[in-house]
Amino acid sequence: MDRRKSIQTLILGAGASALAFHGCKTEDRTPNEEIITSEDTKYFGRTPKELERIEKLKAEQTFNEHEMETIAALSVVILPPKEPHGGPIEAEVPELIEFMSKDIPEMAPTLLGGLMWLDHKSNREFGTEFKSASLEQQKQICDEICWHDTEVPIDDQPLEIQFFALMRNLTVTGYYTSKVGIADLGYKGNMPNVWDGVPQEVLDKHGMAYDPEWIAKCVDQSKRGVIAEWDEKGNLLT
Amino acid sequence: MQIKESSEIYDVIIVGSGAGGGMATKQLADAGLNVAVVEAGPFFDPADPKTMTQLKWPYESPRRGAGTDRAFGEWDMSYGDWEVEGEPYTHTPGTIFRWWRSRMLGGRTNHWGRISLRFGPKDFKGKTRDGHGDDWPIGYDDVKPYYDKVDKLIGVFGTNEGLEDDPDGFFLPPPKPRLHELYYIEGAKKANVPVIPGRLSMLTKKINNDRGVCFYCGQCGRSCQVYADFSAGSCLIFPAQKSGGKVKIFVNSMVREVLTNDEGKATGISYINKEDRKEYELRGKVVVLAASACSSARILLNSKSKQHPNGLGNSSNLVGKYLHDSTGAGAAGVIPGLMNRDVSYNEDGVGGMHVYSPWWGDNSKLDFPRGYHIEIWGGMSQPNYGFGWNQGDLNQYFGMKVGGYGDSLREDVKKYYGSVIGFGGRGEGIARKENYCEIDPTTVDEYGIPVLKFNYQWSDFERNQAKHMQDTFEEIIHNMGGIYLGEKPGKDRDYGLNKPGEIIHEVGTTRMGDDPKTSVTNKFNQLHDVDNVFIVDAGVFVSQADKNCTWTIMALSWRASDYIIEQLKQQNI
Repeated sequence: MDRRKSIQTLILGAGASALAFHGCKTEDRTPNEEIITSEDTKYFGRTPKELERIEKLKAEQTFNEHEMETIAALSVVILPPKEPHGGPIEAEVPELIEFMSKDIPEMAPTLLGGLMWLDHKSNREFGTEFKSASLEQQKQICDEICWHDTEVPIDDQPLEIQFFALMRNLTVTGYYTSKVGIADLGYKGNMPNVWDGVPQEVLDKHGMAYDPEWIAKCVDQSKRGVIAEWDEKGNLLT
Repeated sequence: MQIKESSEIYDVIIVGSGAGGGMATKQLADAGLNVAVVEAGPFFDPADPKTMTQLKWPYESPRRGAGTDRAFGEWDMSYGDWEVEGEPYTHTPGTIFRWWRSRMLGGRTNHWGRISLRFGPKDFKGKTRDGHGDDWPIGYDDVKPYYDKVDKLIGVFGTNEGLEDDPDGFFLPPPKPRLHELYYIEGAKKANVPVIPGRLSMLTKKINNDRGVCFYCGQCGRSCQVYADFSAGSCLIFPAQKSGGKVKIFVNSMVREVLTNDEGKATGISYINKEDRKEYELRGKVVVLAASACSSARILLNSKSKQHPNGLGNSSNLVGKYLHDSTGAGAAGVIPGLMNRDVSYNEDGVGGMHVYSPWWGDNSKLDFPRGYHIEIWGGMSQPNYGFGWNQGDLNQYFGMKVGGYGDSLREDVKKYYGSVIGFGGRGEGIARKENYCEIDPTTVDEYGIPVLKFNYQWSDFERNQAKHMQDTFEEIIHNMGGIYLGEKPGKDRDYGLNKPGEIIHEVGTTRMGDDPKTSVTNKFNQLHDVDNVFIVDAGVFVSQADKNCTWTIMALSWRASDYIIEQLKQQNI
């Protein structure tokens, strides 16, 4: 689905300083006609060859249903859901892990082997598969493999420790690259904006201040739509 | 198989559509010449929604932006990176060079960092300055008028600082520094490292009615849909067509060789059409090579004939020699003052640094002859695949255990978001005859064209420079109250010096000079051996500076284009 928005609409949503700028604009000073933002899950800028590879990977399957359920169960132990921004399931972390296991196939043996280890361990200790164990039992298993010695390269550590570290990485990265995770993080960018410096209250919080001499040289956003002209020495006149 | 020949004779055939080829296209077409542009990759327009990656969210892709199919991440706008499918290159054992190629209209200018630095007067006179390398046959005064024109045509923000070796220009106003850049300014000043506003070719202000103005998404690497950053397609080739120029673009056309006649003059080029995999010929009065330093050298070396048995323009035996990339080393630090940040505002800014440090040192007192500048990155940027990876490792610097799970992971992510600041040193290595590319006759690409074999090694000058970079980064990180991340690379790891080619500023393979025995082109980018063949990419550089090469490529391409127009008028070529 392609969605087109005019810069005006987007700038209106961007905050008070942008509103002030909007007020200064005249018809012929509109800097940009329109800016396209799209949520196009079919193309997302892929070349035909890249798309073909993605389709091929999607048609393959690394994990069976049970393994996918185990991944889901482990991912919510690693990063428990929290209102109002959900958790790994809402972020489609298991789907990401399935795709990445084919996109970067070097990961697959660690993930598959680790899942087998989880069930083996859970069966021995508690007589049940990991996904059916109680949260307390699942945590007990995770507690054994979730810490690692930073002095030793991860590849030189036992498989179950490598597995947990990889699952934690995939879960965190998967959650925070999802719609819900980005909302949880609070990232405000990836949309048209008029950057006019760090807000004063943030500067104050950090005990920082702009050097007036430096700022005097910076862009006057109320004149960004006016075509640049210089004198012969390179001094900006407009 | 019969080679298909076109009957049309172009005034100029330009091979390659990046910075050099784009500028030549604009100047030569604007002068009324009939121009053919031959590009090895597909057509590309940053405004086409189908190929656009700008303003995409990670969750629009099943791999969330991972760099599996594009080395700089899947949103990066370069078709091709250090590896191009079907187009291998080889090495002399024990040496390495990593060769980036962007196969698309506009080439690498679609994704580059837009850091747009003029060379200074000293940069053209390296040998005079310190005895290393060679002087250029031209000086700053020869190039200055063209730098001025490039500034005004393309647009670059920055400030006039009156620095001798970082000359003033015609700048658009720079954006205000971001928070991490304010920390950097403080930390650098304590280390007596100067900091000035960045100089990047993005439009912070309108420059004409055809291009938009920066809307601060921080994604210039994805190529800007409103043409607010410089790309050769959007800012040179399309405008040349729009103003009525005769520009015919051949895409997916891989040039094999320059064709010559019995007198040894060029008559055109031959190329492989990637779609039908057949060889075609184009006829032209002048051939301009702008395929990138190594690709142009490859075309010349593959253009063997009775008149040019050693390859075209290679009577000096120097085509491919003096290959050199910028030096590079990096480091990062975590800054406690930037932890637990206020995320209430959009900090994307322009797609690159708002501030940087030009070279400040006195090389006569150092154990390496040439300088470097420092690029800075950081801030609360868009999360993509890899975000939060090994996040917990940062805990070790604060005396906490590494690992665990649960709600503490969320806290860690938020605690560290935007707290890491990174540095890239980009410096000048010495051009050496011993570092080169040549044809590997044993290997061809999938179009049957013999490939390049690289032979490249750094010397202690570059290693010593990297050591100086690391020491400087460490000092600045400490001055910011931060902690250097990871183990500082020592001598055993060449102080973190990037492999040759990794900075993607390769130059020097067809260097200019007054003496045909020691150079490939004259000071107007014209082959000494063949007067109707010109090189307008970075191959003509006698030396890299501690600057990035694009602005100089464009200034020299414009200058060479003026010369071509003049020579055609006088019927000299």
